Amino acid sequence: MAEFSTSIKENGDIRIINLKGYLDAHTAPTLENNFTELINSNKFKIVVNFEDLAYISSAGLGVFMAYIENIRDNKGDIKLTNMSDKVFNIFDLLGFPLLYEIYKNEEEAIKKFSGS
Amino acid sequence: MSVRNKNKAGELRVKSKTENLSEIRDFVSTNALAAGMPAATIDNMILAVDEACTNIIKHAYKLSPQGEIIIKIDYDEEKFTITIIDYGKSFEPERVPRPDLQKYYREHKVGGLGMYLMKSLMDDVEYISIPGEYNQVLLSKKIRSG
Repeated sequence: MAEFSTSIKENGDIRIINLKGYLDAHTAPTLENNFTELINSNKFKIVVNFEDLAYISSAGLGVFMAYIENIRDNKGDIKLTNMSDKVFNIFDLLGFPLLYEIYKNEEEAIKKFSGS
Repeated sequence: MSVRNKNKAGELRVKSKTENLSEIRDFVSTNALAAGMPAATIDNMILAVDEACTNIIKHAYKLSPQGEIIIKIDYDEEKFTITIIDYGKSFEPERVPRPDLQKYYREHKVGGLGMYLMKSLMDDVEYISIPGEYNQVLLSKKIRSG
């Protein structure tokens, strides 16, 4: 079975979700639960760190689409960081860089939240 | 007349459960490595097959876990072909629109991304659907020699 896990760090009012392993149709609900919990606790400034993510399919990409508008309506955002070339290429192929801010590292994404 | 050597690399039969996607990806990876495909091409083929099988699980079998999915791989000097067969609801690929991200943004969901990825990542994607019997999708990638 595909290995996938997430962990969440706090940085002020920002929450950082670290993704690890394989994000596919089977494991996507784990990440959906993370977003649901953050939204329910009024945490709308979210950074997602892809450093340890080995693989993503469109089911994984769909998770980001499902929550982004609600989060932005609440003056938050989902900012993406530390993507491997392989994972970025899939985001790029589908035009996601037009909809999401993608940064090299967590610090840049956190700075963007703090500056706005 | 030239007779090409077809290499029947293997066949995998799994039930229509998303937990089987990792086994499906491993099966494609192992066979593509054995065929000497480059790493980036293997990554693309793995994703294309994952998308095809995810669509079968969600749409042909509507998430019922008892459906059967058969994945066959064969290759020769020119082409690496993955054939995926299911016995679920038939599918009309021409009715799947090209993905529109702005629309998905408004509707909070995605659809058709998998099919778009399959077409982008493979050289050829071909659907054969015989309603009430079976559906077959053929994914192929040219093997570039030299």
